[in-house]
Amino acid sequence: MKPLVFAAGMMPLSLLFWRAFNDTLGANPVESLIHETGLWALRLLLLTLAMTPLRRITGWPGWIRLRRMLGLYCFFYAVLHLTVYLWLDQELRLSAIIEDVIKRPYITVGAATFLMLTPLAATSFNRAIRWLGGKRWKQLHRLVYLCGLGAVIHYLWLVKADLAPPLMYLMILLGLLAFRIPPSLLRRLRGYSTGKLETKHERYQT
Amino acid sequence: MKKIRHSIRPSEITDRAVYMNRRRFIAGMTAAGLTGTASAFSFFGLFGDDEPTAVELYPRRPLKASRRAFSVDESPTDEADAIGYTNFYEFGTEKGDAQRYGERFKPEPWRLTIDGECERPGDYTLEDILKPHPLEERIYRLRCVETWSMVIPWVGFPLADLLKRFAPTSRAKYVAFETLYDPEQMPGQRRAVVEWPYREGLRMDEAMHPLTLIAVGMYGETLPVQNGAPLRLVVPWKYGFKSIKSIVRIHFSEKLPVTTWNQLQPDEYGFYANVNPAVDHPRWSQARERPVGGWRRRDTLPFNGYAEEVAHLYHGMDLAKYF
Repeated sequence: MKPLVFAAGMMPLSLLFWRAFNDTLGANPVESLIHETGLWALRLLLLTLAMTPLRRITGWPGWIRLRRMLGLYCFFYAVLHLTVYLWLDQELRLSAIIEDVIKRPYITVGAATFLMLTPLAATSFNRAIRWLGGKRWKQLHRLVYLCGLGAVIHYLWLVKADLAPPLMYLMILLGLLAFRIPPSLLRRLRGYSTGKLETKHERYQT
Repeated sequence: MKKIRHSIRPSEITDRAVYMNRRRFIAGMTAAGLTGTASAFSFFGLFGDDEPTAVELYPRRPLKASRRAFSVDESPTDEADAIGYTNFYEFGTEKGDAQRYGERFKPEPWRLTIDGECERPGDYTLEDILKPHPLEERIYRLRCVETWSMVIPWVGFPLADLLKRFAPTSRAKYVAFETLYDPEQMPGQRRAVVEWPYREGLRMDEAMHPLTLIAVGMYGETLPVQNGAPLRLVVPWKYGFKSIKSIVRIHFSEKLPVTTWNQLQPDEYGFYANVNPAVDHPRWSQARERPVGGWRRRDTLPFNGYAEEVAHLYHGMDLAKYF
């Protein structure tokens, strides 16, 4: 399973290289590269978030084993996205880049999201998990929810007029995050609405 | 009583755990299969990709220009890029959408309505409009607000010559333009991404300037559907969204006209929209641009390099305020 996913994860990059080589990246190749690498980073982040829900639905534990690879691929494409932006788009002009990060909210959010992704990627490895301890590692990696939000907001804030594509990703993200509501909280919410669970107040009434 | 012998061996009996979870297992495998297939489809661009597929668009005819005027000394953009990379939301919000979804658009027969503060309003056919005007080739720079740029050899005639025919009165301070509204021909108009019809406008002195062009062709042929057939405006010192396409109405107005992008996002798109590297779009810098077809950027010029010809129109105006 893992080798399959590894090969699949390389496909978007290979396709981009192939298109760059054959001059089929379109009339604005830098724009295509930024857009495609960004989209794949976002898709892979959403895929990573889908692993736990899939395990719960199907009962198959194998999904979790894929999660690390997907997360690292997300970071990989994020690094590519950032590299194309810094090098090909901004031509490594430091003052222009700093101005962008400070003045343009969507880039501020994008930069912040990347900064949050970095420690997650850095602590993906077994040694890091042992060093942090399971509980602290889990707490740190809850940052991925913020990263998902950041990525979608980055996308939403950069489009000119057509909000449909980023809104679609937002819907998917919210759907995936809904799975993370702890079952105890879910039961409580459901209990209140069906009247099966009494509130503390009701319990002490005579 | 005969003992019934079963042919099933104990090892063949399904493991209880799998049996109890068989439905989840099937659901999981189906989900994995569907996800895998969908991913494979999108990987291979089978859901559509950046390259527009071939579609039968209204054919172009050769156009003869009698002379060349007001042209820049730069080599034109690759024609395939100039045609394939356009913003024409009437067909969809992706760059190649006019090429993908333009097959029902018919630039002929065409009707142009002239009205407002003028002495000779009316409805005119394309032939009425074009007949008196000798065609010129104009190689202009085009700068999109998104920071890409092109050099395009337009074929057309000055807007001033057209407007004079309708005798605008002294009350005509502005000229307003409208694009066709017909969702049957322009499927992108089924969504109100912007408010249809697309509208633009110019101040009277901008409209009468010799650079302001009514283009009916490019690269020696009539306009492709993607670039605003059968006729469009080209105002080379302003951001590209001012160069309204597929014009059906010209209206002489006393008041400042409503323009589509300004209406949608007034703090990002102004009425004047003069190319100005010193005035940033709120969400990106306008100091540099990328010529289409290439990888490098270059500096953006004030008024897109036409400062000598048009800067005087804005003498005394605060260009950061009137952007």
